[in-house]
Amino acid sequence: MRKPPAWRGPVLVLVALAAIFAVAPRLYSNESVLFTMMTFMALAQGLNLLYGFTGYLPFGYVGFFGTGAYATSLLVTFTSLPVIAAVLLGGLAAVVVGLILGPLFRLSGPYFSIANLAASQIIYNVVANEALKPITGGPYGIKIEHVYAPTASYVTMLAILLAATALAAYFRRSRFGLGLRAMHQDPISASLAGVDIVRERLIAWLASAAIAGLAGGAYAWNLSVFYPEAVFTLQISVFAIVFALFGGVGTVIGPLLGAALLYAFYAGIGVSAPQYFELLYGLLIVLLVLFLPNGLASLLTRRKVDVL
Amino acid sequence: MALLEYALIGGILYGIFFSLVGIGLNLIFGVMRIINLAHGQFIMLGGFGAYLLARGLGLNPLFGIPLAIAGGIVIGYPLYYGVVPRLQKSQDPEMLSFILFFGIAQMIEAVAVFAFGADQRSLPQDALGSGNIGVLGQEFPDSWWVACLVSVLAILGLYLYFSRTRLGFATRAIMADRDEARATGIDVDRVSAIALIIGIALAGIAGVFVPYLIGSVSSSIGDGLTTTSFAIIIIGSLGNPLGTVVGGLVFGIGTMLMQTYYSSWSNLAPYALLLAIVLVRPSGLLGKAVRRA
Repeated sequence: MRKPPAWRGPVLVLVALAAIFAVAPRLYSNESVLFTMMTFMALAQGLNLLYGFTGYLPFGYVGFFGTGAYATSLLVTFTSLPVIAAVLLGGLAAVVVGLILGPLFRLSGPYFSIANLAASQIIYNVVANEALKPITGGPYGIKIEHVYAPTASYVTMLAILLAATALAAYFRRSRFGLGLRAMHQDPISASLAGVDIVRERLIAWLASAAIAGLAGGAYAWNLSVFYPEAVFTLQISVFAIVFALFGGVGTVIGPLLGAALLYAFYAGIGVSAPQYFELLYGLLIVLLVLFLPNGLASLLTRRKVDVL
Repeated sequence: MALLEYALIGGILYGIFFSLVGIGLNLIFGVMRIINLAHGQFIMLGGFGAYLLARGLGLNPLFGIPLAIAGGIVIGYPLYYGVVPRLQKSQDPEMLSFILFFGIAQMIEAVAVFAFGADQRSLPQDALGSGNIGVLGQEFPDSWWVACLVSVLAILGLYLYFSRTRLGFATRAIMADRDEARATGIDVDRVSAIALIIGIALAGIAGVFVPYLIGSVSSSIGDGLTTTSFAIIIIGSLGNPLGTVVGGLVFGIGTMLMQTYYSSWSNLAPYALLLAIVLVRPSGLLGKAVRRA
């Protein structure tokens, strides 16, 4: 039997995703639930680019999301750029923040996560500071409702989700991703084998930051009026982490499935009873770590099914 | 000058208390190499314990201290045997414990919301003395001094435990090398379980005073306290519980100076200190944290 071409799986996933979210608004009227679901799918996938392939868990991932949201909103407020350009520059702003935070990679595992969390809190405290009220609106939030465009921002978010998924597929199937995973397992052997681990890791980090920044920009566009808390709450990091873990990090479809299933669950019961949801997903995390550390996807990979 | 004196003396008091806040986290890390991300939530539970005793039964909040120790035993013992040996067998115990204890933190927080709601709760202001005690003309409420005294006693107790008792020696042996400690016949699991209990109990004891030092206790204070504790123990020395005092003092004085001179930016202080220290001195202050490649 001939092996199917390498591009077939990724293309199938991308086409399926695009088709589902293009048709879904006709079948399900609450478009904001669909929009937020795509946001978390994009974030879970973006986080997967770093955590799934390098083992570095960016606990302050929300910092990039908030940076993107605010950069986009400020550009829309103070310049006459088209909104879509502002969203792209929001992604760029997150990449710049990622470059500044590059030295965090001197730290290992959990210290990296904690330092990253501290960094995101610093960004939040600066943006939401009373002293910056004339520029960012401080704790009173920001308004860009004059560009509010639900359909355009929906399409933009879908494009970001597809881009994140394409990147993950590239990481999963390319030599580059192989290098990253080798580094994750044994950095010294990987660098002896010729993997430029500092450079590759930085690329994964910046790609991950860019996805969060872009998603933040599109999210801000869709909300158009929001408080800093809405785009900097630690809950966003937490959701991205749990959703990705649940589906299975290091795969392409894992984070997508995890985010779609758990967010649907959250939209069903979590909004009206958040503490029940918090209790359940806390329990879910504990059980996952103890019994299924590689997520839903590992149920298939254990049976030697080739999961993308 | 008066302002500076106020900030420095207040910073020392505040810092000694925050050494107690961080020390349990550091003990658990030092002994088990697991990261108790639910640390702040255990502190929060200690605060609510004192709140129940004071508001519900009319007792002095200081009775929260024995309650915290009892709580440490009730929670710590099953928690150790339930998850820690399993975690230590896994590929990457530090990272997995980080995520696992995050889940536990979420559960505690959810349960606290069920039990106490999301409101901020305070303790009777005069329960620990209603006056002020002054040093060099700078006055601080009695409750600060009581918190500071209890912190000193707790830290001293921990020091004596390490330096005078057999269990303490065994604990230090495990901190130095877990496998060799096991080889010399130390019951590693039992000693570690006790360390986990002590760590959680110390967090609970710190929690008793949190309503006085911070103003109130609510179900959402846990994450902030965890991050602050991390800042403190990283500034001090990871894995060395007594080094935490240095970190606590740096944090306390730094925070008080910020609050006195740049109050609108003082929320940033713990995070900025944490980031600055891990970036500037990743090897000196926290040897373990440096990646090897």
